Amino acid sequence: MKIHEYQAKGLFRQYNVPVPNGNVSTNSDEAAKIAEQLGLPVAVKAQVHAGGRGKGGGVRVAKTLKEVVEAADAILGMSLVTKQTGSEGKKVSKVLVEQGVTIKKELYLSIVPDRETATVTIVASQDGGMNIEEVAEKTPERIIKVSVNPLTGIKGYHLNQVAFGLELEPAIRKPFSALLKNLYALFVDYDCSMVEINPLIITGENTVMALDAKMDIDSNALFRHPDVVTMHDPDEDDPKEAEAAKYNLNYINLDGNVGNMVNGAGLAMATMDIIKQAGASPANFLDVGGGANAEMVENGFRIILSDPNVKGILINIFGGILRCDVLASGVVQAAKKIQLSVPVVVRMEGTNVEEGRRILAESGLALINATDLADAAKKVAELVS
Amino acid sequence: MSILINKQTRVLVQGITGQEGQFHTRQCIEYGTNVVAGVTPGKGGQSMDAVPVYNTVQQAREQTGANASMILVPPPFAADAILEAIDAGIELIVCITEGVPVMDMLKIKNYLARTQTRLIGPNCPGIITPGECKIGIMPGRIHKPGGPVGVVSRSGTLTYEVVHQLTQMGMGQTTCIGIGGDPVNGTGFIDCLERFNADPETEAVVMVGEIGGNAEEKASAWIAANMKKPVVGFIAGLTAPPGRRMGHAGAIVSGGQGTAEAKIKAMQESGIHVCKDLGSLGKLCKKVFI
Repeated sequence: MKIHEYQAKGLFRQYNVPVPNGNVSTNSDEAAKIAEQLGLPVAVKAQVHAGGRGKGGGVRVAKTLKEVVEAADAILGMSLVTKQTGSEGKKVSKVLVEQGVTIKKELYLSIVPDRETATVTIVASQDGGMNIEEVAEKTPERIIKVSVNPLTGIKGYHLNQVAFGLELEPAIRKPFSALLKNLYALFVDYDCSMVEINPLIITGENTVMALDAKMDIDSNALFRHPDVVTMHDPDEDDPKEAEAAKYNLNYINLDGNVGNMVNGAGLAMATMDIIKQAGASPANFLDVGGGANAEMVENGFRIILSDPNVKGILINIFGGILRCDVLASGVVQAAKKIQLSVPVVVRMEGTNVEEGRRILAESGLALINATDLADAAKKVAELVS
Repeated sequence: MSILINKQTRVLVQGITGQEGQFHTRQCIEYGTNVVAGVTPGKGGQSMDAVPVYNTVQQAREQTGANASMILVPPPFAADAILEAIDAGIELIVCITEGVPVMDMLKIKNYLARTQTRLIGPNCPGIITPGECKIGIMPGRIHKPGGPVGVVSRSGTLTYEVVHQLTQMGMGQTTCIGIGGDPVNGTGFIDCLERFNADPETEAVVMVGEIGGNAEEKASAWIAANMKKPVVGFIAGLTAPPGRRMGHAGAIVSGGQGTAEAKIKAMQESGIHVCKDLGSLGKLCKKVFI
C-alpha cells in the first residue's frame, strides 16, 4: 500500500530521518498560513501517488504569500498528468507546503527487499534527482548496491560501504550514516516493500535531508500496522477495484472487451492470455478465489458489467475444492438476478463437472457452454468481434 | 519413485483444529496421506477425528515421529509456525497460508539456509505424489499415479489445469509441486528440477511459471546446463499490465523486469518446449514426451 509524501515524511520524523519543516493543506488560505509560519520561500507540492510530479506542474516554489495562494489554487483540484498516471491524470486534493532549503548536492537513496537473494538491498547514487532506472541503464557504475542480511540487520560496515561509495565528504559521512541507519529501521519496522528518497540532499549547512519521500508498505503486513491502515487514501483507488475488494474479489481493470471470471490468479492470467490469442482482448483480471459462492459470482458479474467496453464474458472455472455444481448454481442464481446484457461463455472442468453442466443447461439461460479452454476462447472471441 | 514425499511420509498439521485445517486434513486422509498428528496450542490432548492434537510441534514430533508438516494457520501466525517446525527438526514443511509478510519470509529464508529442513511455499497448493501422499489443498482425483511426468509450478488452479490435461492424455505424474506465488519462497524451480533429474521414474517435466522476478530465467539456464530430461514450459501473464500485482504477491512486472516475453525467450533458448496456448498443453506434452 502506497502512502503520500507527507505521510511518509511524518514517519521519517518519528525515526529521526531529517525532512524539511512543512505541513499539509486542502485549501489555499490554509496553505498561506502554513507558509507564514514556516517563513518564505516555500515549496507547494501536490500529494498524489505518482512520480514525475514536478514535470507535470504539481510542484511550485513560492516566494511570497500571494504566490503561495496562487500555487495552491493552481495545484488543488487539478488533474495532474505525469508519465505514471496515464492520460486522464490524478485529481489533487492535498498539497504539502514545505520550507525552502538550499541544495548543495542531490543524492539518490532507496531500500527494497531483494526476492532473489532474500536480503534487504540499499541502492544509492550520486546522481540524485534523476530517474534512477535511466541512471542504472546508462551509467550502471554510478549505482551502489549493498545487501543486508535481515537476520543481522544493518551494521557499521554497510553504512561505510554506502557512504564511501557515494564519495561523501568527511563532514557529511556521519549525518548520512545516521540517516541511513534510521531509514533502515523504519523500513524493517514498517514492513516496507520500498522506501525511496529522490533527491536526498546535502544542504548549504552541510546537513542531509530527505527532500522527497516515497513509501510502499507490504499489504500482507498491514495487520500489524493499524496506523498505516488509517493513512489509506480512497481517492487513489480505482472505484471498480475498490468495490471488488469489498467482496474479497481480486479485480484489475484493463482496456479490452472480454470480461472474465476465473478461480485462481495463475489460471486467471492464463485465461486473459488465451483470450488475446483468440483475437479478442481481456477487459479485466478477476480472481474469485478458491471459495467462491453465489454472492461472489453475482458481485463479480456486476463489476464486470459496469465496464461499458465489455461485449462478452468468459467464465473459466477449474473445480477443485470449489465444486462445479456449486459454482453453476451460483452462476444461474446471479444471472437470473441481474440482467445479463452480453453473451456469457462458460467453461468448467474438474470436480462434479457433469452435474454443473446439467444445471447450466437446464437453467433456461442463454449461457454458452464450452468444451475446453481453446473452444471457450474461440467462442467468446467470435461473439465480440 | 517420487520426490520429497511418498507412502512413508508421516504428516502433522499445524492449525488442524481450524476450519481450513479440519477440512483439508480430512481431504488428505481420504486421499491416503498418513496424517499422524495435529498441533494447536491450547488444544493438546484433544483429537481431530482420530488424529491426536498436541500443543507444540516438538511434542507432536516426539510422540508420533512426524517428519513433514502442513501449515494451515492464518498469516499473522505463519512465520511463527514455520520457525517452530524448523526448530523441531521437521524435514519437510509445506506452508499453504497466503498473505505471509515478505519481511517474515526474508528472515525465514536466511534462517532456513543453516538447517536441513526444506520449506515449500508459502502461498502454495502443496505437494502430491499421486496414489501415495498428498500434503496440500489440490484436488487429489485429477492426478494419475505412476509417472512419468514431474510437475513444478508457481500457481494453484493453473497447475490443476495442467495436471488434468496430462491425466486426460494418459500421462501420469510422479510428483507435482506448487512452489507458491509469493516473491520469496522456501523452494524454487531449480531445487525441484534437480530432484526430478535424479529421480529414475520421472522421465519428463512440466514447468509452469508466471510474470515477476527471474526464477524462470535462472531455472532455464540450469536446465540448459544440467537437465537430462525433456521439459515443457508455460508462462502465464503475457497480457498482464506492468506495475500491477496480478493476484499473487510475486506476480508483477516492474521496471521492465519479469515479463512473460523475457521468460519465454529464456526458456526457448534453453531448449525447453514452450507451450504458448494453454488449451493445447496436454497435446504438446504427448508429442514431446511420448
